[in-house]
Amino acid sequence: MTAFELADKLRVQFPTVLGVPSEFRGEVTIVLSDPEQIVEVCKYAKEQLGFEMLLDITSIDNYGQEPRWTVVYMLYSLKHRCHLRIKTDVTEARSELPTVTGIWRGADWHEREVYDMMGIRFRGHPDLRRILMWEGYPYFPLRKDFPLAGRSSEVPGVAFSRPAPMEGGPFVTMPGGKDAIEREPRVRNPQNQEGVSEP
Amino acid sequence: MTQTVQVGYDSKAEPGIIYTRVDALLNWFRQYSLWPMPMGLACCAIELMATGASRYDIARFGAEVMRFSPRQSDVMIVSGTVTYKMALVVKRLYEQMAEPKWVIAMGACASTGGMYRSYAVLQGIDNLLPVDFYISGCPPRPEALLEALVQLQKKVRREPVLATLKRPGPALPRPAGAQIIAPPDASAQ
Repeated sequence: MTAFELADKLRVQFPTVLGVPSEFRGEVTIVLSDPEQIVEVCKYAKEQLGFEMLLDITSIDNYGQEPRWTVVYMLYSLKHRCHLRIKTDVTEARSELPTVTGIWRGADWHEREVYDMMGIRFRGHPDLRRILMWEGYPYFPLRKDFPLAGRSSEVPGVAFSRPAPMEGGPFVTMPGGKDAIEREPRVRNPQNQEGVSEP
Repeated sequence: MTQTVQVGYDSKAEPGIIYTRVDALLNWFRQYSLWPMPMGLACCAIELMATGASRYDIARFGAEVMRFSPRQSDVMIVSGTVTYKMALVVKRLYEQMAEPKWVIAMGACASTGGMYRSYAVLQGIDNLLPVDFYISGCPPRPEALLEALVQLQKKVRREPVLATLKRPGPALPRPAGAQIIAPPDASAQ
């Protein structure tokens, strides 16, 4: 059975919340309008349609548009040898949807990563902590309004962070300085780099 | 029955006596037995391992004793990308090393953050530690690391070791209520 046929079967089961499946370069995507239904949809996809494998959960920041978040679930069926992508939109005000760890145990770390990088919470997750950044880091670095260079933060005894100098250094050359320290400064534009050289 | 006793210096029993200064001798000892602390954090650590293996053989320079305990190490080789999550751990390991101690920043990442102009990567380990030698390269060749080691040996040879020995180290913080047993005061006698 092809992915398109399986997506159609899924849509027949949940006709009010699932959109028409679309195919692009052999990949089938189905959009779920209500993120609260994700557990029921995934449960049916796994148990009745044979999507026993969750490859990834990832998220998109549609910055400047509402709803802001799109959470994407990549499913794979070993039996039918096909992929299925489920997309669902989450508003910024809510920033929360139910966990699918009850269906696939492997969803645990994927959901932690989405939480860590984007700040979307998963209700009912057994252990929703940051997975890459340290506990107490105050930002969500993959959001579109987070600067590429990063921001200053401080958790005493655990970690700190400072904005990176980007194209302004370190070890850029400034000809004309009287010594090596002046000619090769750590940052070319220190006024834009508050706190870069401090530990 | 007479016995002849050889008087003076016996070159067979005590060969190879050298006259030198104490600090030169101590520096000579130190220079050829630098024990590295391999702070392998990324791909540079692979080159560090290659340097330790038979083809490049860091043992030729007396630095083959890679210690995974900072308390037994002399030179920390920071090889790889130092993330902010790891930064204070590296600093803590450095602080646990006994004096005298040196730091080699191996590769672009450890020296400057390298290609990672990022929210997650420390832009050079010299933000936290006093670095003695920077090695360029991504990753550097084993020969480059050996060159840094040879340069470090030259630096160790020049150090005023006796002057450093006389200087007392920083006092350790004592727990509250701890008794200090003072040494007997020589001037009171």
